[in-house]
Amino acid sequence: MDSPLRIGNGEAVPRSRIPRIDFPRFLRMLTDFVHCNGYIVQFFAYAEGERMRLLAVLRNSDLHVVETEVERDFPSLTLMGGTKFHLFEREIAEQYGLRPNGHPWLKMVRYHANATGLPDVFGNDYRVDIPGNYDYYRVEGEAVHEVGVGPVHAGIIEPGHFRFQCAGEEVLHLEIQLGYQHRGVERLLTSVPQRRWPVLCESIAGDTAIGHNLCCCQAIEALAGLEVEPGARTVRTMALELERLANHIGDLGALSGDVAFNPPAAYFGRIRGEFLNLLLELSGNRFGKSLVRPGGVTQVAGAEQRRAIRSKIDELRKELAQVCDLLFSAHTVLARFEYTGTVKRSTADRLGLVGPCGRASGLEYDVREFFPTERYGELPANTNWATNGDVYSRAMVRRDEIMHSLDLVERLLAMPEEAYRPVLPAEHKLAPASFVVTLNEGWRGEVSHCLLTDHNGAPLRYKVKDPSFHNWTGLAMALRNQAISDFPLCNKSFNLSYCGFDL
Amino acid sequence: MESVLSLGLALLLAPLFPGLILKVKALFAGKKGPPLLIKYWTLIKLLRKGSVYSTSTTFVFRLAPLVGCAAAIAVLLFFPFAGMAPVVSFHGDVIVLFYLLGLGRFFTIAAALDTGSPFEGMGAAREAFFGTLAEAAVFAVLILFFRLNGSLSLGGYFTGSQPISITGSQGALLILAVVALFMLLLAENSRVPVDDPATHLELTMIHEVMILDHSGPDLALIELGAFYKLFLYAALIADLLKPAGLAGPLANILFFYGMMAVVYLAIGVIESVTARLRMDMVPKYILTSFALVFFAIILTLEIA
Repeated sequence: MDSPLRIGNGEAVPRSRIPRIDFPRFLRMLTDFVHCNGYIVQFFAYAEGERMRLLAVLRNSDLHVVETEVERDFPSLTLMGGTKFHLFEREIAEQYGLRPNGHPWLKMVRYHANATGLPDVFGNDYRVDIPGNYDYYRVEGEAVHEVGVGPVHAGIIEPGHFRFQCAGEEVLHLEIQLGYQHRGVERLLTSVPQRRWPVLCESIAGDTAIGHNLCCCQAIEALAGLEVEPGARTVRTMALELERLANHIGDLGALSGDVAFNPPAAYFGRIRGEFLNLLLELSGNRFGKSLVRPGGVTQVAGAEQRRAIRSKIDELRKELAQVCDLLFSAHTVLARFEYTGTVKRSTADRLGLVGPCGRASGLEYDVREFFPTERYGELPANTNWATNGDVYSRAMVRRDEIMHSLDLVERLLAMPEEAYRPVLPAEHKLAPASFVVTLNEGWRGEVSHCLLTDHNGAPLRYKVKDPSFHNWTGLAMALRNQAISDFPLCNKSFNLSYCGFDL
Repeated sequence: MESVLSLGLALLLAPLFPGLILKVKALFAGKKGPPLLIKYWTLIKLLRKGSVYSTSTTFVFRLAPLVGCAAAIAVLLFFPFAGMAPVVSFHGDVIVLFYLLGLGRFFTIAAALDTGSPFEGMGAAREAFFGTLAEAAVFAVLILFFRLNGSLSLGGYFTGSQPISITGSQGALLILAVVALFMLLLAENSRVPVDDPATHLELTMIHEVMILDHSGPDLALIELGAFYKLFLYAALIADLLKPAGLAGPLANILFFYGMMAVVYLAIGVIESVTARLRMDMVPKYILTSFALVFFAIILTLEIA
């Protein structure tokens, strides 16, 4: 019986050790794997010379990697293995022009020409500006009407197109089309000097600067064999938690603003700013940019910074508890949050949702607990009790995680101070013909980067996956049979990244 | 003369009060809030701008703001501010004036449909549906007033020897009417908990979404019309709360505008302490106001 290679999070392995099996066995293995409580972390194509390969990183309680070689097309795994594969396969088709035969809904992901020069799978002409060369799914009927929202919205938010099929106020189907911010991050990463990688990764999704950059730096460290000092790891962990705090708090504020409950929206907005300022204290940038670099951190947090963070957290903890109580005890708010936009556990499981959205539906997956990096191995995990999969649960998970993260930051501050030196930008020699996958629990969920090097140690393929990649389909499912007027609320409760998805 | 002056004062002051709501909401949120005169500045700003018209719209789209604003002003002609005789009054004018408001609404809806935008169509559908329900409640209020006072004109309700007042002999019934009217005020003027005037989320809007395509002076007219409509509903409540035997026009006017401020403050407080209703709960909300007034009407039957 074939078995995939078991690997660790952020562990570099020679690519020769990755089992390369023929496609029928690959298909059977992956199908069996996802049917036995397995999930997909990464599934992408890469080309080496003339050869096209598909590589899959899988997870259950461990991480596994396996690959196969394909020609121009291959039988769809979505057809056999289920929806966990659907978006990955569409991405493969778009990026490399490889057709998954029998894919139930083969549709472009980001609307761009493929990298291989093979004929376009979707028959698109990319000289046309608008990703409109596509028939949206339509529901027919006298009472059915179609509402298209975006890509330009009334508020200052990222561009995305939402196509609703409605019967009156009820949404029968929501189709989400993204790609308006596609910048070609993955291909850019393999074509610029290594020093610029962290800078680019900090810009994949501006609100997940630490999360994405941490993945990138851990990948470089693994391949270059760099050791990170424990003190620097403490600071990185703290930065990731502060990023989570700022964003979760902002989300709760936005949720209460969406149901027109203004006071908490204003208070949370202010408190979010305070946490961004703590990141400023740590790194000199409110989004923590230029803090994490391969080998450690660029700024040493002295006693003064630690004191400032500690006293601010003491002060904000009380305020946060009060504002959370204000929000979660208002019955008019609860009437809006409860039973709205429910994603059942079975649906969440079939789609492989990650992060707070997955946990709100009862999927107990947290990278910090399952595949700990940095200092997470020494820190306690969070437990959330609200698992109904509705807006209320997603809000509640955030509330729990805010309190948990405050604890984590306090624990990190209480750790004995270990001296460490700031790192300077440098080019590191990467191990040749190697592979590494890194995972971190960003505030939206599992952020993952894969880096493959060729026999010279040059990057062959850099694959980025934002948690939004898993969760956008969850939002579409949450809207089934919901009132269309509840869409903004559901959307905010997921708060997914457009640019993190578009890459 | 007195009537014309009091109407002029009302027309002048109507944009002041919404600024009060914003101020209250800001204080609840721990902010300083915009200046009290913000709405005047907004109107001036809009009036100085040009208008943009979509090529898919017709004259209906351009007509609607004018009709809407004119209808709202016309309605105020019938209103006895602070117990003064209205500028125009005749037997049965209450029915005319609420259908004048209906005319304004009809044109707003027609203009929204004229743009051909799916959002605006959705907003129009909601406005028409909720408006229909609110009409039932409004007419229940009128029936109640007719039973209390025997008059069928706004002027007759609040002027003369037997004005309807909460301090009158049947004041207890009017508490129900005041509550119902306040609920209607929130529903008919797109306030929380029915609509959210501050939201930018098209899919949740009712009134705002219908006027998304209007700009410049057109938008100013719509805003002004909305201020007058809100003023009318608030003034109805203020007049109900006015004690019967206030002496002198000055005392009347001071009391009236003081009461108006209280009503607007109440709107601000409500908007700060409640979230919006789920859209499918709005009919229930409006029908609750209807039920309250209907109950009051039944009680008048008992008295008779």
